[in-house]
Amino acid sequence: MDARLSAEQEDLRDAAARLADDLGPHSVLDLADTDRIDRLEKAVTATGWRSLRSDGATGVEVALVAEELSRGLVDVSFLGPVLADALLALPGATMAVGDVAVDVRGRHTALTLDGTSLRRSAIGPAVAGVDLTRQVAPLAGAPRPAGEVSAELAARWQSLAIVVTAAEQLGAARGAHALAVSYAQLRAQYGAAIGTFQGVSHPLAEGLALIEGSVSILRYAAWAVDALPPPESLRLARIAKVYCSAAAQTVCETAIQVHGGIGNTWDCLAHVYLRRVLVAAELFGVRLEEVEVGLP
Amino acid sequence: MDYRDSAAEAEFRLRLREWLSTHAAQFALTGDEYWTRYGEWHRALYEAGFFGLSWPRQYGGHELAPVYDVILDEELAQAGAPPRPSLGYLVTGLGHHASEELRQRFLPGLINGTERWCQGFSEPGAGSDLASLTTAAVRDGDDYVINGHKIWTSYSDVADWCLLLARTDPDVPKHKGISGFVISMHQPGVRQRPLRMISGVSTEFGQVELDGARVPAANMIGAPGDGWALARTVVAHEREPSTLGFTARYGKTVRKLAAKWAAAGAPAASAASGDSAVSGDSAAADGPTPAELAWAHVQTEMLYAHVRRRLSEQLDGVTHTSDGSLDKLLMTWTEQAVGHASVAVAGTGDPEALADYLYSRAQSVMGGTAQIQKNIIASRILGLGK
Repeated sequence: MDARLSAEQEDLRDAAARLADDLGPHSVLDLADTDRIDRLEKAVTATGWRSLRSDGATGVEVALVAEELSRGLVDVSFLGPVLADALLALPGATMAVGDVAVDVRGRHTALTLDGTSLRRSAIGPAVAGVDLTRQVAPLAGAPRPAGEVSAELAARWQSLAIVVTAAEQLGAARGAHALAVSYAQLRAQYGAAIGTFQGVSHPLAEGLALIEGSVSILRYAAWAVDALPPPESLRLARIAKVYCSAAAQTVCETAIQVHGGIGNTWDCLAHVYLRRVLVAAELFGVRLEEVEVGLP
Repeated sequence: MDYRDSAAEAEFRLRLREWLSTHAAQFALTGDEYWTRYGEWHRALYEAGFFGLSWPRQYGGHELAPVYDVILDEELAQAGAPPRPSLGYLVTGLGHHASEELRQRFLPGLINGTERWCQGFSEPGAGSDLASLTTAAVRDGDDYVINGHKIWTSYSDVADWCLLLARTDPDVPKHKGISGFVISMHQPGVRQRPLRMISGVSTEFGQVELDGARVPAANMIGAPGDGWALARTVVAHEREPSTLGFTARYGKTVRKLAAKWAAAGAPAASAASGDSAVSGDSAAADGPTPAELAWAHVQTEMLYAHVRRRLSEQLDGVTHTSDGSLDKLLMTWTEQAVGHASVAVAGTGDPEALADYLYSRAQSVMGGTAQIQKNIIASRILGLGK
């Protein structure tokens, strides 16, 4: 029994963290900086991370990259392409759920999985989504068949999709939490940093515990994507998603509260994290009632 | 990374499972009865070679990797056996701070269960602010004489020894005047006045009055004034779910509640057909799984994965100090979620469920309150201190 990351996995995580820190948006204003987005796009393309899965990466590795990119609010496509690539290595593709292509920036084709059947569609004009770091688009034209996947692959892919969206939530929660902690150290009232008051510090302490719990359940579920039989990996993926959704939403709400009035303005990054968490909750969403409670 | 058992771990698990299949039933007890036979259970587990797994061989341990404790906890819960005796914080406290002479004298009996222990830290006037304790130890020849009042002293009435904190120097700042002792509970100066918990259990909450109790000066742990360092080690380890062994027990309670729900709530076709789960779909026809139960299950699975992760990190020699406070919060939330599920599923008319719920309220107080854990996380990890 060993729950540790390998040295290679730690290196991958660190590389993703560095890329996100260097080129991700550091303010709401940065979201409109197209030069930055171009540089970020080039950098992500150069890593080859959008085809991690077809290059043989495990669920753990895909989840680590998703978590770090989300922590840094990386606003070029990753989630959609990496999930599409897990089904079919098709350059320029992203994933569609129903008739909406998600995560379409720089993409021209959308894959849909229906049972074990793949379809591909062109993508219509991108529209601004609720998540300010990610564009969505309607499908354009009639979908065309794009082959079949095995039932096993389809089942594992479902677990992967749930796990990777949960990793997005964990990453965003970590980003929001770090933002709130720094603010609590800087902002002073009553002649002291607000982080010295228990009304502020205790919710932040709870947030860190929620983040640690999320790391633990997510890592186990991510490992299970490849290592356990599909029904068991799906069971754990759902549990991880329910936990990470609740934890991340709470952490982001705390981040807004800690920022006070500023936290409720458009210009504070706190809501950008919250939006990313909310959208990731709906994407391959899991309701609490779907969690299987085992009998003895 | 591989969460599965290695070959050696699998062999250990199988051996343990076989032993439990013939021994677990006679110890499957609850409430007060469990605690009166706790020593017997401890010794049986030890003699079979299944206790003290990660502790040094020279004191009776097995020097196995910490993950073996996870296997032990899982199998105990699965077999319906009582949890592993929670002694890690005492073993660690003595191991880190006592002289080799005291370690050799006391650790074997503590680990093999022939001598039973309690921990005399809290006092009526010194709870979260433990360092303000006033129990006094005054040198008298080769002894110290102890006067004071200890409270929340778990299982003090059945203990042979007490790891006691007392003030040896009232004239220095409060953290510096405290010393640790190993004192005998079998003497006239020790009076027991147990308290009854809100769950009705009357054997756990001890209260000890020390009125001229004596302890040889040789039983002091470290030097005079070293008591606060000992206290910090002990309480930090008291917070780790991995040393407590409760984690798997929560899973067992959740499974029991799911069975109660299936039996009472509906014919539960899925259970009758041997399907191992009440899924959202099948439950929809029979009424959905109560949200409290599903949430308790999610928390329990999280804690299980968390303990595995923490114990794995110990393979690298990583020791968690302040992180123990994070673990304690996660454990508290889990136990209290299971408590909420107990009353939601079984109702107050089920004495076992009610007792589980009421007992769960203590988890956010014992071993340092949840508020204190949050103070520690905020100041020592997040850098939000004054």
